[in-house]
Amino acid sequence: MNGAAARDGRRFLARSSFIEMAARERARAMLDADTFRELLGPFDRIKSPWLPLQGIVAQADDGVVLARGTLDGRPALVAAIESAYQGGSIGEVSGAKIAGALELALGDCKQGRPVLPLLLLETGGVRLQEANLGLAAIAEIHAAIIALRRHVPVVGVVAGTVGCFGGMSMAAALCSRLIVTRQARLGMNGPEVIEQEAGIAELDASDRALIWSLIGGEQRYAVGLADALLEDDAATIAAAVRDAFAQGLPQLERSAQVEHLVRRLACIDPLRPPDANTLRRLWGEGAVN
Amino acid sequence: MEEIKLDYPARQAVLRRVHVGVVGSGDLEVLLEPSPDLRAHVLITTSVDGYGVIWKHVLDRFFERFEGAASIEINDFGATPGVVMLRLEQAAEALRS
Repeated sequence: MNGAAARDGRRFLARSSFIEMAARERARAMLDADTFRELLGPFDRIKSPWLPLQGIVAQADDGVVLARGTLDGRPALVAAIESAYQGGSIGEVSGAKIAGALELALGDCKQGRPVLPLLLLETGGVRLQEANLGLAAIAEIHAAIIALRRHVPVVGVVAGTVGCFGGMSMAAALCSRLIVTRQARLGMNGPEVIEQEAGIAELDASDRALIWSLIGGEQRYAVGLADALLEDDAATIAAAVRDAFAQGLPQLERSAQVEHLVRRLACIDPLRPPDANTLRRLWGEGAVN
Repeated sequence: MEEIKLDYPARQAVLRRVHVGVVGSGDLEVLLEPSPDLRAHVLITTSVDGYGVIWKHVLDRFFERFEGAASIEINDFGATPGVVMLRLEQAAEALRS
């Protein structure tokens, strides 16, 4: 083995994979050491009343871990979604947990006690079994993010490998700053849904190279829909999260750059959708828009 | 979906709460906490029906060595007996650490 390969190997082994962590470990890994304090944990048993009625076993925390703690000594709130439970889907309870926590953080911000909100998004979007109740909760999450970012930056992380889809991809897009890894995916409809609804000629969901070239973290970063592209390492991501908060409020939130976004849409012909490289040329750094 | 309740004698008080695992495919979560009496109580909710005998075998074996007066809630999403035992052992280990 040559020197460079050996160095790569050592670096790889020294990493602590964020992707492989469950939601609770992820939240803990982001906060300053020994400051993690969970809100509405599993022993509070605030779980879905709807899933057991449909013959599905409910998890005691409904798949969302809320934690207070600090980031570089500043009070913070982390909401981490557990992707292994029901695809990280947002139901009435899990959605209300996130929305309620964000609203409490907003209350603190308004009283001059800023709380840094961090969203660890790993979700297929709304939980279909809870339908409108989940969607209503997601709308509350959107509203809370928009209200909060007048006071503090709202930072999101999409690490993969589930990614972030549906209504929650809008939550990601509303974040002041979004951090992704190469393994992340970010999009409105998931590839399986598109294939199922529009046919395999439209999109082959099993073609991983194609899927990641279109909605993968690297592409989303290259076309300006994410602010940082990182290795799958918990310490690297934790440092980037601190950096994202340290930068303070953006001059203009990405989702508020309406004219810029309209110009972007205007340069795309829906009858001839661009491939991944063309989109990078149209939307990437240095493009005219 | 099926619920199974099992009871076991205990010798030691349990002083802490422990949570391990996730209700993901082929996995389960275990919530272990002090029981209100000096016995151990297990409440299993499983997505797979008809395996009550297997569950009893697995828990019988676990309680051959575990003597804590614990209330154990198991939320299972189709874990194999091996995975169930690993999660129970993980909970017992977390209790000791």
